[in-house]
Amino acid sequence: MIRFTKVSKHYTRGGPALEDVTFHLRRGEFAFLTGPSGAGKSSILKLVYIDERPSSGEVRVDGKSSVTMTPREIPRLRRRLGVVFQDFRLLEDRTAEQNIAFTLEVTGTPHSAIAPRVARALTQVGLTSKGTALPHELSGGEQQRVAIARALVNDPLVLLADEPTGNLDERATRGIFQLLREINASGTAVLMATHDLDLVRDTGLRALELNKGRLVYDSGAESQEATL
Amino acid sequence: MRLAFREALRAFQRAPVLSALSITTIAFSLFAFGLFGLVALNLRNALQQVEDRVEIRAFVAEGTPPEATSAAVGDVALFPEIASVRLVTEAQALERARRELKEFEDVFDAGILPASIEVRLKPGRRDPETVRDVARRLQLYDFIDDVRFGEEWVENLHRLRNIATGAGLALGATFALVALIIIGSTIRMAVLARSREIVIMRLVGATDGFIRAPFLIEGVMKGTLGGILALVLTWVAAELTGRWVMQVTWFDPELAVLGVLAGALLGLLGSAVAVGRHLRKV
Repeated sequence: MIRFTKVSKHYTRGGPALEDVTFHLRRGEFAFLTGPSGAGKSSILKLVYIDERPSSGEVRVDGKSSVTMTPREIPRLRRRLGVVFQDFRLLEDRTAEQNIAFTLEVTGTPHSAIAPRVARALTQVGLTSKGTALPHELSGGEQQRVAIARALVNDPLVLLADEPTGNLDERATRGIFQLLREINASGTAVLMATHDLDLVRDTGLRALELNKGRLVYDSGAESQEATL
Repeated sequence: MRLAFREALRAFQRAPVLSALSITTIAFSLFAFGLFGLVALNLRNALQQVEDRVEIRAFVAEGTPPEATSAAVGDVALFPEIASVRLVTEAQALERARRELKEFEDVFDAGILPASIEVRLKPGRRDPETVRDVARRLQLYDFIDDVRFGEEWVENLHRLRNIATGAGLALGATFALVALIIIGSTIRMAVLARSREIVIMRLVGATDGFIRAPFLIEGVMKGTLGGILALVLTWVAAELTGRWVMQVTWFDPELAVLGVLAGALLGLLGSAVAVGRHLRKV
């Protein structure tokens, strides 16, 4: 579903961010992107939601190629992806419900369908009672849950998470990770960037390790080769 | 569209001080433009009044038969540049002189003043060339002794009008440009204050058109409110000038509405440029 083929990304000022990266994330799969800061984890996620385009190579997301995709097609693709960040990126002057509903409103969802879908997303992340709270009234873990609910409300094919536990304590980290596992179990693929190696090691899930822009290890490569 | 309106209103509610400041800034930049407009309008009216006095007088030779002068008046009235033409008989000329120059009332005697054909030109046709040309054509009648139109005065007036028009256009364009820059910067600040929201909107799949709409509505609203405020300010300025300095003409209703519409248009353009630049950057 997400396929990187010999992808490189070079910035005019910052130099190379990715070099010759090739991997394939299948529908419903869970994979970690690991590596030190500056290894290229965020660059990979940005290339998936077409915030940037590769300098060379091709990124295919749900059959759409980064080479041929027009700017008009980008919003349509993003509606099929969910993205969460370390800093949550919630609108501070809106309640949890309004933050989640915002996604549906901007994508033209009929008014009558919004409230039930928001309620369902809040239930999914375990925040039913916090719908009317403003972000600053919530803990870091709860804010991240709202951000995840916002990412989920459009029933995405894949959830992209860029260091989603980076700002959270140990307990909240475990909670968020557990939530991501549950989301994955219900069929949504998850691609999660993290430098929390303990988290990666404990789970035994697929890990793509990056170093200086290169994919140096892919624990899922063998099984993929076997299936190809 | 309803959502775009709601988002635009939300921007007002969320940052009332910033919104009030931008409306005031827009109002004052339009006020400066409006004051200039008021000066230009009154100057034009004053010049118009002076220009209305441009007149050509063709003096009729003594003893000319009345049928000849009447026929000439009929001919002259057909000139395309003529607004009005009338014959002033010797008796009427004397009567007018006595009325206008009371101190010489006793000096004037019948037959001292000649009859004349008085010609006024249409607005826009009072330039020195046209005036000279009409005077030359009047001179062609053999019973016309002399034609006068204050050549130097007409030329000075025309020069003054040209200078006023040129200066008016240059100053008007400058004021409009300054207003556009100020309005653009004000709205750009509003866009930057909401850049986080724009990033999130893009992230969740909003199209650029969708993102732009509330900003454009906000720009039109601010421009309209700023335009109305500027109009009120120019009205107050005109009233105060009228009370303390001199009587001034205020804008007629069409021009006033046009001013507010110009504010709305500047708001729309300022927003379109500001949000367009921002969207290209993020």
